[in-house]
Amino acid sequence: MKHIKTVNKPYLQSTLKTGGCGECQASCQSACKTSCTVGNQVCEKKQ
Amino acid sequence: MNKNIHKFHYKDVYFLLDVNSGAVHAVDKMIADMMDVFDGKNDDDVINKYMNIYKPLEIKEALSELHQLIEAEQLFAPDITVPPVFSEKGIVKSMCLLVAHDCNLRCKYCFADTGDFGADRQLMNRQVGEAAVEYIIEHSGSRKHCEIDFFGGEPLVNMPLVKHITAYVRKREKEAGKIFKLTLTTNGILLNDENIKFLNDNNISVVISLDGRKSVHDHMRPDAGGHDTYNRAVANFKKLVKSRNDENYYMRGTYTKYNLDFTNDVVSMADEGFDILSIEPVIAKDEDYAILESDLPQIFAEYDKLVNTYLQYRREGRGFFFFHFNIDLNNGPCVAKRLSGCGAGHEYYAVAANGDMYPCHQFVGREKYLLGNVFEGVTSTQIPQHFRNCHVLNKDKCRDCWARYFCSGGCHANADLFNNDIYKPYELGCELQKKRLECAIAVQALMSMENSH
Repeated sequence: MKHIKTVNKPYLQSTLKTGGCGECQASCQSACKTSCTVGNQVCEKKQ
Repeated sequence: MNKNIHKFHYKDVYFLLDVNSGAVHAVDKMIADMMDVFDGKNDDDVINKYMNIYKPLEIKEALSELHQLIEAEQLFAPDITVPPVFSEKGIVKSMCLLVAHDCNLRCKYCFADTGDFGADRQLMNRQVGEAAVEYIIEHSGSRKHCEIDFFGGEPLVNMPLVKHITAYVRKREKEAGKIFKLTLTTNGILLNDENIKFLNDNNISVVISLDGRKSVHDHMRPDAGGHDTYNRAVANFKKLVKSRNDENYYMRGTYTKYNLDFTNDVVSMADEGFDILSIEPVIAKDEDYAILESDLPQIFAEYDKLVNTYLQYRREGRGFFFFHFNIDLNNGPCVAKRLSGCGAGHEYYAVAANGDMYPCHQFVGREKYLLGNVFEGVTSTQIPQHFRNCHVLNKDKCRDCWARYFCSGGCHANADLFNNDIYKPYELGCELQKKRLECAIAVQALMSMENSH
């Protein structure tokens, strides 16, 4: 495209049926003991 | 502007985030302008509005590209509702063990009231620690991965218990078919060759606390005798990090009103040789070091400065990880995880030294949130459900916020502290979070575009 460069593959919609395994780390257990930043997590299945 | 699109820019690069798909698009100025009007179906309105500013042919070309994105569900993707995979009840798989309600430092901003959580200084005993491990094994269902964070106060004050529980976990995880990830959060003063070896031998991740520059750190983090701690902490952290090949740690700091130029603190950490970093705003009310709404413009400018520094260090081959910029735009968590958030109160509990359980470490001592204890289990059964339901689709302030699937509604403890209600987010925290997310998305997008050239 000339005007748009898509940076990443969209993925949220695809996890509506497949997610929820709960194997990922609790977000507050790593580096942020005072904030909640789930966006920084990675999916355990995709690691 | 549609609530499901967020537009922002870094220098002269414009970005669109499609909130419901997670897609990020770098766009030119013309499209960025058009998005103020475009709703997916009103091409004529867009043409009429911008035909005197941009060439009509160019506008039509841009509209065609936007429609391709809509077709691919990368723009105006359908609304998200609670998915069936988000179970009604949480499964507890993580615990924060407050092994010592005591600390050898007297950090001025400590939410644990310098370690004692507003009560007597106390150490956790073996019975409580073992019961906590058994609680997780019993309540984590089919989840294989479980977690324990040794926390305090200062956990190294109670090293005999840390050692005992570690051995207990390593024995019980095999028997129960689980994998426990262990973490220990420390101020570093009591680190020595012996306990460093123990932490390394047992694959325990460490979160190490340093506030950046010596003057900043020493001002906020004196020891119990009022002495400076920076030199001792840094020397021990260097020894620790080197001993584990610069891996399996996070250095985290806190910035306050006294160091709103915190880029200098991140740089100080990096220049000391640490490269897995995090620095977060202090949470405080009515204190001289508290961050105020009037500080936001300066803080936002500082985050922009941090982005520049982060990218500059990376381009010079001495890059570092910065926790809040490390979002994964391609392999991030699923929607269910984004709704469950940090899991406090339904997937994640904190255990006080006496065995009392709370939704998380920051709730310890807030008696209306007492869940029960590790021996008898949860007796206030309504609390976990209250926390489970407290997700972004159920909170008025979050439902229409563009950042909802990244922050997951923010910190419950902060919401309770400032608004006395976990369903009402701490708004100053929201503003900081949103700025950090814009920076993170810009950083990841710019790095991705640089790599593809």
